[in-house]
Formats: sequence, structure tokens, C-alpha cells
Amino acid sequence: MIALDFAPVLAEWPALAKGLGLTVVLTAVSAVLGVSLGIVCACVRAYGSQFGKMWVAAYVELIRNTPFIVQLFFIFFGLPSLGVKLSPELASVIAMVVNLGAYSTEIVRAGLEATPKGMWDAAKSLALNKRQILRLVVLPPALKSIWPAMVGQIIIVMLGSAVCGQISAQELSYVANLIHSRNFRAFEATMIAAAMYLALAMLVRQLLMWLGPRYVYKH
Amino acid sequence: MLGVSVNKFLRLLVVAVLTVSSSLGYAQGALDEVMKNKVLRVGIPTDFPPYGFVGTDLQPQGLDIDMANYLGAKLGVKTELVVVSSANRIPYLQTKKADLVISTLGKNPDREKVIDFASAYSPFFQAVFAAKGLSVKGPQDLGAKTVAVTRGAIEDLELTKVAAPGTDIKRFEDNNTTVSAFVAGQTQVIATGASVAGNMMAKNPKLDVEYKFTLKDSPNFVGVAKGEEALRAKVNAIIAEAKKAGDLDRMSQKWLGRPAGDLPQ
Repeated sequence: MIALDFAPVLAEWPALAKGLGLTVVLTAVSAVLGVSLGIVCACVRAYGSQFGKMWVAAYVELIRNTPFIVQLFFIFFGLPSLGVKLSPELASVIAMVVNLGAYSTEIVRAGLEATPKGMWDAAKSLALNKRQILRLVVLPPALKSIWPAMVGQIIIVMLGSAVCGQISAQELSYVANLIHSRNFRAFEATMIAAAMYLALAMLVRQLLMWLGPRYVYKH
Repeated sequence: MLGVSVNKFLRLLVVAVLTVSSSLGYAQGALDEVMKNKVLRVGIPTDFPPYGFVGTDLQPQGLDIDMANYLGAKLGVKTELVVVSSANRIPYLQTKKADLVISTLGKNPDREKVIDFASAYSPFFQAVFAAKGLSVKGPQDLGAKTVAVTRGAIEDLELTKVAAPGTDIKRFEDNNTTVSAFVAGQTQVIATGASVAGNMMAKNPKLDVEYKFTLKDSPNFVGVAKGEEALRAKVNAIIAEAKKAGDLDRMSQKWLGRPAGDLPQ
């Protein structure tokens, strides 16, 4: 049996808190931008021009069929050769937004396609234009029905941010790894990190389920 | 039954004693052996660039190989390269499969119990490297600069100790990622081991990277089998000569991008 000793890890709590803070910021920014990107792309894919549909389809397939860490490395290690140098944090946010955007496109599209055709006809008879129909009539019930799936995807992306430590973004996993590279308490450090992710995920889920009906799909 | 096995055992014992005594009688100094056979057998690495690696022509090359050939030439004998690994290089000396081991061998008390060490011939060090244009003379100049380092490595610990406050240390998972980050221009400075840096500089001449300052020194020594005093003295004499003539500095400059500096005896 291993003698567990959490004290050397817990002594680093300011670093852990800072790491958790960056994880929260990365998640918050990429959730807002990623979901917005997903909604726009889903509308294009469902109702847009043939050209727009093709581009969104290519984007969605490219991102959903490649690993997140490869996308992240492409942005951080690949783009500098094209002259685009990004900080680890910015590269992480972009990778997360692009990734969440692709998955949420498909989630939102499912909601849009489930909207009865009659709603469009009814809205048209009220002389609303296409944009108004989308924003006021079609999107709110569509978002409502897919919101739990969307929350799940946001949490997956949040947990996926653990690999952003690989490009030295100092999020929670990075801090946990750094701590156990110094005191060799790997088991304890990863257990504490796991507990923090678990608590954060549960909190974020509650928060998003509360925010959804109030701000995302208002009635 | 028992009689037979005792007999067998005795016979084996006689053979064993004869073998040992003959090898004892045979055991003249390793130096005499080398001079008599006109061959110096040197254990070298092939998995540790730039000290020892296999080139595109499939021939071993590197600083350790140059050193092995240098010693052979100075002794006036042919050098036979014996490929060793970090794990088996000491057993190769102990079992006399090699006369010398020149394989990034560091000196420590545990090793000194089983083999002898001749002088140091090349530096091995963790150091800070950056482009020639960037002015970094010591840890105090690192403030407000970004430095790539492999998390948990010796250079990480040393760098963390000495770096000026405000230094932005970016820690990566392994040497490859650290080098990638630096080569991609994501950091201005890299702190890493001499072999990693040597390899990186050789493959990316465009970066125009140079050695800036050392974080930790642990020079490489020539390993000699225990008790081979004559060979050890001869090797020491050659190394002392080479040091004076500047040959050690030249080899080090060629493969590591910095002079050998002041090496311990």
C-alpha cells in the first residue's frame, strides 16, 4: 500500500488555484465564442447557400475527425511558420473555440432540423423576414431542446483543456504536473486535480442549466 | 550416480581453475596488449547525438568517435569502435571487451568503485541557448524573456533557481516539445542539455543559435578498466597534450558549439 501524503501538494494551493482560474477563463471564453460560432455555422448549414453549406461541412468534418491535441499543436507549433505567433493561452482558446464550434454546429443543426416546417410558414405569414424568423421563432425552441447536449459538449471541451498544458498554458493540469515533477507526489497531485475538475464540471453544469433558459433561449 | 556427478564436478573445477589461472597469466597490462595488437578498442555510443550517432553513411560519428580516433592516432594504433549503450558500457570495460569507454561517461563515486577514470575530455552541461542577436550573458538577463525548458529536468530545476524574477519560463512535456516550441519561435531562449542543443543547432542552422551560459556542468571522462594504471597514465598524458594544443577545444567547438573550457583531471 502506498502511503498517501497530500500535504506537499496542498501546500501548493495558490498555484493550483491559479491553474483552476485559467481553466475557468479558457472554458468561459471558448464556451461563449464556440457556441456562437456553432449557432452561426448551423444556420448556414441548414438554410445557407450551397457555397456556405460546403464550407461549413468541410470545417465540421475536418475538426470532428482529427484529435484535439493535433489541432492545438497545429495552431501553436505550425502557424508560426506562416508568421502567426500566438501565446499558449491564445492558442488554447482558439483551438477550443474552433473545436467546440464544430461540434456545436452539429448539435444546433439537429435542433433546427427538428423544428416543424409549420413554424416557418406561420412566421412567414406574419411578414417576418428570414433573419427575424431564425432569431425569434426557430432558434429559441431549437436551442431549448438541444441545450443539455450543448452543456455536455462544453464540459467535454473544458476537460479537454487539460492538454493545453502541453503547450505550456498554465491551466490546472499543467500546475498539477509541475507540482509532482518537483515533489514526486504524482498520485496525490493527480487525485487533487481530478477532484477539482469534478467539482468544476458539476458546478459548470448547474450554472449552464440555470443560464440557458434565462439568457440563451428566452421565452 | 553420486560418484559420477562428483567426478564431473571435479573435472569442471579443474577446467575452471585452469581457465582462471591462464587468464591471470595472460593478464599483462591493457596498454601492452594495445601496443602489441596495434588495436585500441573503444566503447562509443551511437544513440546520443552529437556525442555519438550514426550518420547517413551508416558510420558512427560524433565527438566521442572523434576522441576515440584521436587517442588511437596518438598511440599510433588502429582504433576499433565498439558500440555500447549507457547500460552496458561499464560491463564492457569490466569484461575487457573494450580497452576504453568514451561514451558521455560522468564520474561518480559508485562508478569509481568498479572502474577507473582517466581525465575529462569533453564538457557535458545543461545550458541556456538563444539566437546570436539576443543579448543574454547570465541569468540576470533572462528577466522579461520567454524560456523553453523540459519540465522536471535538471535544467528546469537549475533554471528555476537562478532565473531573474520576471523570467517567463514555459515548461514542456519532453525534450522534443521543448525544442519544437523554441524552433517555432514560441520562446526566445531555450535551456537544455548539450546533446539536445547540439542536435537542434545542427538541424536548424538558420536559427543561428549560440551557447549563452551554463546552468550545470558534468563533464565526460574516459573510462578505463580497474587497475589499468599504465593505460590510464598514457591516456591522461595524451589528453593533457590535446588540451594544451587546443585539440579538445576544437572538437568541442565542432560538435557542441562551445570550447571545452576548464575540464577536471
